[in-house]
Amino acid sequence: MEHYLNLAIKAIFVENMALAFFLGMCSFLAVSKKVDTALGLGAAVIFVLAVTTPLNNFIYQYVLKEGALSWLSEDFATVDLSFLNFLTFIGSIAATVQVVEMALDRYSPTLYSALGVFLPLIAVNCAILGASLFMVERDYNFAESTVFGLGSGIGWALAIVALAAIREKMRYSDVPHGLRGLGMTFIVTGLMAIGFMAFAGIQL
Amino acid sequence: MALKEKDVLIDPLFNNNPIALQVLGICSALAVTTKMETSIVMSLAVIAVLALSNLSVSLIRNYIPSSIRIIVQLTIIASLVIVTDQILKAFLFDTAKQLSVFVGLIITNCIVMGRAEAFAMQQPPKLSLLDGLGNGAGYAVILLAVGFFRELFGSGSLFGFTLMKPVTEGGWYTPNGLMVLAPGAFFLIGIFIWVLRTWKPDQVEMEG
Repeated sequence: MEHYLNLAIKAIFVENMALAFFLGMCSFLAVSKKVDTALGLGAAVIFVLAVTTPLNNFIYQYVLKEGALSWLSEDFATVDLSFLNFLTFIGSIAATVQVVEMALDRYSPTLYSALGVFLPLIAVNCAILGASLFMVERDYNFAESTVFGLGSGIGWALAIVALAAIREKMRYSDVPHGLRGLGMTFIVTGLMAIGFMAFAGIQL
Repeated sequence: MALKEKDVLIDPLFNNNPIALQVLGICSALAVTTKMETSIVMSLAVIAVLALSNLSVSLIRNYIPSSIRIIVQLTIIASLVIVTDQILKAFLFDTAKQLSVFVGLIITNCIVMGRAEAFAMQQPPKLSLLDGLGNGAGYAVILLAVGFFRELFGSGSLFGFTLMKPVTEGGWYTPNGLMVLAPGAFFLIGIFIWVLRTWKPDQVEMEG
């Protein structure tokens, strides 16, 4: 149990997807103008990450990894399909996003209208694919990747909501002309990254 | 639509830079720039993927049904990235190890998708190829600039050669540890955008 808690803390704070690995930056910068929309996107990212990371882990363990196909027949014990990682992962992510979108539309129209615009965007959010690739590189098992996916999602959502809140306040401040907009956002994100570095080394 | 070939190639460098103005593809740009070597390899990989994906999308643009175009584009890009990744692993294994997941993340690099969608779907192959090269080069400019400063001030060297001998090895230069860490990259890009927009004031966005 402690191992999983540790992993979650690490994914949320210490190795924050957005602030330590720069993943999902495109939407991170584009959709952080208002807290409401940032919350919506954050929730969608948490959800999709928590579903796709374990799903991709399952596919990797039983189809793509070297020798993974041996459950099918002894002949396949030497087959290594791991070069198909990228293609398979992006496919399963796109499919998951589509399914999630349709399921939400059918069963929870309120949530769907809140997240609506952001769901398709998420398919090309680097944080989602990044989490799956990190999962492969660090050799997580199924349970670990579930925790890791959920944790990274929460960390990313935390960062984007915080940035949106800062940007809302910043509207009243006097930023140098050339630095307005994007430039200032980068500086603020940098300061936030320094803040998050304070979590480094935390272990349970 | 008479776009000049030269403009298509040169414009993305400073006037319409994919990172500084279009805010595309920052994800992978920052993570790999702690050293010049990785920045260059990453830039070349992105230029190659971007140019080839623009070319291929443009070649078959009239046969792609618009309802499934995203999937088609993603498949083309993912295949190109797989090839790039395999080549890097075969010939530059050490650098490929350092780039780790970020080569794979070229797939979701918004520049590639963005240019395929915004440019290659409407324009003939030759222009699209040039547009891919130009945007790739614009991306490379920022990557190399950031990599240059981060390696120079962060560890006092360039391409692994020591220029300013750090104190830890008996030299005089105290390395600026912040540059190697994540926040340094954010500050550098922020400052780069500031400089670019002071030089070309029409790029300043209206604060809404």
